[in-house]
Order: sequence, then structure tokens, then C-alpha cells
Amino acid sequence: MARMKFLCDADRCIECNACVTACKNEHEVPWGINRRRVVTINDGKPGERSVSMACMHCTDAPCASVCPVSCFYTTADAVVLHSKDLCIGCGYCFYACPFGAPQYPKTSNFGSRGKMDKCTYCAGGPEADGSQAELDKYGRNRLAEGKLPLCAEMCSTKALLAGDGDIIAQIYKERVAKRGYGSGAWGWKVAYKETVAL
Amino acid sequence: MASKLSAAFRALAFGLVALFAASSLPALAQQPTSVNPTAQSVKEEQLLQALKPGAPVAGRISIPDKQAANLIQPGRDWRAFNQETLPRLGAYSLIGIAILLAVFYMMRGKIRIDSGLSGMKILRFGALDRFTHWLTATSFIVLAITGINVTFGKIVLAPVMGPEAFAAWAGFAKLVHNYVGFAFMAGVLLTFLIWVKDNIPSAVDVQWFAAGGGLIGKGHPPAKRFNGGQKIIFWSVVVGGFLLSLSGWHLLFPTAESIEHVQWQATLHGTTSFVMIAIIIAHIYIGSVGMEGAFDAMGSGEVDLNWAKEHHSLWVEDVMKGKRPAGHAAPQPAE
Ligand code: HEM
Ligand code: SF4
Ligand code: SF4
Repeated sequence: MARMKFLCDADRCIECNACVTACKNEHEVPWGINRRRVVTINDGKPGERSVSMACMHCTDAPCASVCPVSCFYTTADAVVLHSKDLCIGCGYCFYACPFGAPQYPKTSNFGSRGKMDKCTYCAGGPEADGSQAELDKYGRNRLAEGKLPLCAEMCSTKALLAGDGDIIAQIYKERVAKRGYGSGAWGWKVAYKETVAL
Repeated sequence: MASKLSAAFRALAFGLVALFAASSLPALAQQPTSVNPTAQSVKEEQLLQALKPGAPVAGRISIPDKQAANLIQPGRDWRAFNQETLPRLGAYSLIGIAILLAVFYMMRGKIRIDSGLSGMKILRFGALDRFTHWLTATSFIVLAITGINVTFGKIVLAPVMGPEAFAAWAGFAKLVHNYVGFAFMAGVLLTFLIWVKDNIPSAVDVQWFAAGGGLIGKGHPPAKRFNGGQKIIFWSVVVGGFLLSLSGWHLLFPTAESIEHVQWQATLHGTTSFVMIAIIIAHIYIGSVGMEGAFDAMGSGEVDLNWAKEHHSLWVEDVMKGKRPAGHAAPQPAE
């Protein structure tokens, strides 16, 4: 089985936010929640770069470790998913996540955060693949249909890569070798404890 | 937040200028014919190094959620604290205090009233005193149980209950914890207001401790309304209760502030709670099985006169002389 990862080639990202929009639309993510976002570093200064970030589906994921009801699981493709039936909305995964990925719908004024929502790598949740229940709770399951995450598929400059970690690392390495520069595989060291040697 | 952000930007800018200067020197000498984008490329590695350890790599974001502007928060320290340090601290403190009290009970037994029951009662705690005590006490116990469930539930209960039943209970416990917190805050505030004037440390307390207090020593050193040991409990509840309330409040609204701050509050909350739980277990012990006649003070509010004379001699004298009213029966004019 593949080890799925994301890699954002920041030297290509033009901050068009198409990935953000595609994700929200595909999964009908509610208002106020962003499974994916684009952050611009050094805005307006020399060296400005934009990075598209979502859940990185970490190796030995911190969110899964701190969850008081152990509702996370890792799929055979190394995608980190969780069960909204078990989640109690305590917020701990958000405290522990290095990428600020977990989000909570506001269900009332205080104390009661709703159930956590985050990027599923377009792989749904514990419900049967492609079922209505899965669609309602987690959004579409593209992986089960043999497709990759929509954000990466939509990316106009092919900055955002999704797929097997070894393959996307290879693509990125070739790009860097050819064009002669690269700002690095953002978040890889923190998420996967390894980075792409350039 | 704003100042932290601008400091981060300054650090970034500084790193960049240094980077730019270093890489553009040879380029200048050559008079470049084409733009070299590498010269200005910002590298994650350099950003992480330019920032103070633990600070996030942050930028600008076009969505309203400003917290999402944090790109990477390096370090997995809080996870290690939450999953290793805190459960260890909790287990040691709970088991430790249980062993300590068991050993103490075997050695000292129940502390009796030396002069026996007098049959006469004196009002020690009025209605307001007892309301405050039990408001704080019940909310504390509920918060302790529902809080410990967050730390230990998945280790102890989940294997027995199964994941679904445990998640249902944990969801309920979380709601209870979040709402009962406000009752506890009110209790701690009241505790402070009505008892602080009798809990200022004084020379009497020094002698009381020097004589081994009411537990270790043989005799009964004199004490006012609250003895040295009780003052320690009072100040632990006030300080510990304040820290728990403050950090608990922050944990209720975690998305409102920076992640390092929330992790810090969670660390403070967990640590303080287990220290407080150990202290309160010892307090419950002394107020019930540990000492004859003590429970009445917070039960009916009236204690046996001989008990009062042994444990709070100076207070009894004051009450007898009419220098102060017993308990908190009625509101008093300011002194
Ligand atoms: C004063 C008001 C309090 C508030 C607002 C408050 C709030 C919170 C919140 C929001 C959490 C995160 C988990 C959850 O949502 O359930 C939490 C965790 C916890 N609380 Fe409280 N709490 C309060 C008082 C207390 C007290 C008095 C105790 C214990 C004596 C306590 C013990 C704990 C423990 C042990 C945890 C879990 C820590 C961990 O495993 O990380 N809390 N509290
Ligand atoms: S990025 Fe955050 S939510 Fe995703 S696996 Fe890692 S810790 Fe969990
Ligand atoms: S919010 Fe839900 S998924 Fe996250 S740690 Fe709490 S229970 Fe687990």
C-alpha cells in the first residue's frame, strides 16, 4: 500500500485559493470551517511564498495520541481519519496538531464545540465507502473511487501534490533539480519526521 | 497577539535581509543578466531557525479565521506532557496520597476528643459558611471525576465499557465539566470573601506548627477560628481554585488565542488539578474518618464544646467573651 502525503511546492503556489474552494465545495464543508487554507509568508516582501496547508496525515499523529476517546484511526494508505460518532469535541486534537488542522463547528455559545472536522484526504470516514452517512459526516470519498484528493487535482499550477510520498517527493526533487531552487517540502519534517533531500 | 505577530515578522524580516545580503553579494559582482529567484527564496528550515523555539511559522491569510495564519507549530512537547507526564503525575499523586493516609491512619488511628463529649454544642459554621463549603466541595468532586476521566478514562474505563459507551459517557462528562466549572468558580470566590479575614497567617500559627499541629503532636496547641493546617487548605483552595478557574476558562475557548498559550493553559490546568485533588483527599480524610467531631462543623454547623476547646481554643474564648459572633449566622456590619 502507498503512504499518502501532501507536498506543496511553494515556489509554484500563486495563492489562487482554488484548492480551498474545491475542498469546501466537494465536501460541502460548513461556513466557518476550512479544511485547507493558503498562508502567505513574507507577504509583500522579497522572498514571499504561499503554502497551501491542511491536515498532513502525520506519522505517529499527535492528534490521535491525545484524543481522550481514541476516535482516530490510520488507514492502510496512512491517511489519518476519525469517527464523528465517538468525538466529544473536547479540542485536544487542536491543541496538539502542529498544523492547526482540526476545526470545530460552533454549536452554542460556550463549552459545547461541535464534533471535530478536518481534511480526510478525500477518504471519508468509518462508514461504508460512498454511503450517504459518510457523505453527510465527512464528505466525499474519492480515494475509494480510485481518485486523488480534489485540492491537488484542481491545482492550476500543480503546486499542490498528493499521492504516494515517494512518488511526489521524486517529482518535487526533479523540479528542484531542473529549475535550480526550491523552498523545501513544507511541514514534512514535523509531520513525517523526514524531509525531501534536495 | 499583535505584538507577538509583529515580533515574529521582525524576526522573519531580519532573517531574510541577512539571507538576501549573503546571497546577493556574488550576484552583484557579476552584474546579473537574468533574475535569480533562488536568491530570495524563503526556506522553511531558515524560518524555523530564525524563530524562537516553539514559536509558530505564521503568515498572512485571506480567510476570517486569523488563527489559521499559523502554518506550522513545531514541537510535540504538549503531546508528550499530556500523554506521559500528566498521567504519571496524576497516578503518583493519587496513589501516593492514598498510601500516605492509610499509613497515617494505621499509626495514629482516629483522633479522638481527649476530654470526651461535653454534650454542649457551639455554633461553628452558619448557613452561609456551610453553603459556600458544600457548593465548592460538590462542584470540585464533580469536576475532579469528570476531569480525571479526560486523563485516565481511555486507559481505565474504555477497555471495560467499549468505545461507543465510553464516548457517550465522556461526552456527557465533558458537558458536565464545562458547566459545573462556573459553580466552582463562584464557590472559590465566596470561600475567599467570607473566610479570608480569619485566614491571615499569624504568630499563633507558627507556634501551632512548632507544636506539631493537631495531627502529629500530642497536645493541643492554641488556635483561633482556623488553625495553621486549615489555613494551608484555605490558601491552597483559593490559589489552586483561581489557577484552575483561569486555565479552565481559557480551555473553554481554545480557538480564541494562540496555540502555545492554549497548550500552556492545558498544562497548568492538568498539573494544578492533580495537586489539588491530592490536597483535598487529605482534607476529606481529616474532616471525616480522621478526626472525631470534625464533620459536625460542616454537617449541622454545631460542634461539641470540648472539641472546639481542644482544636480552636482562642476562637472559643473570643466567642465566649462575645468578641465575635459564632459562625456566619447573619450578615455583619463592616468592622
Ligand atoms: C473552574 C472551572 C473549571 C473549568 C472552566 C474547567 C474546564 C476544563 C476544560 C475546558 C477542560 C478540557 C476538557 C473538557 O472540555 O472537558 C478541562 C480538563 C480537565 N479539568 Fe477542568 N475545569 C475547571 C475546574 C476543574 C477542577 C476543579 C478540576 C479538578 C479538581 C479539574 C480537572 C480537570 C482535569 C483533570 C482535566 C483533564 C486534564 C488533561 O488530561 O489534560 N478542572 N477542564
Ligand atoms: S496534521 Fe494535525 S490533524 Fe492531521 S494527522 Fe497531523 S496532528 Fe492529526
Ligand atoms: S475534539 Fe474529538 S477528535 Fe479531537 S481530541 Fe477531542 S474527542 Fe478526539
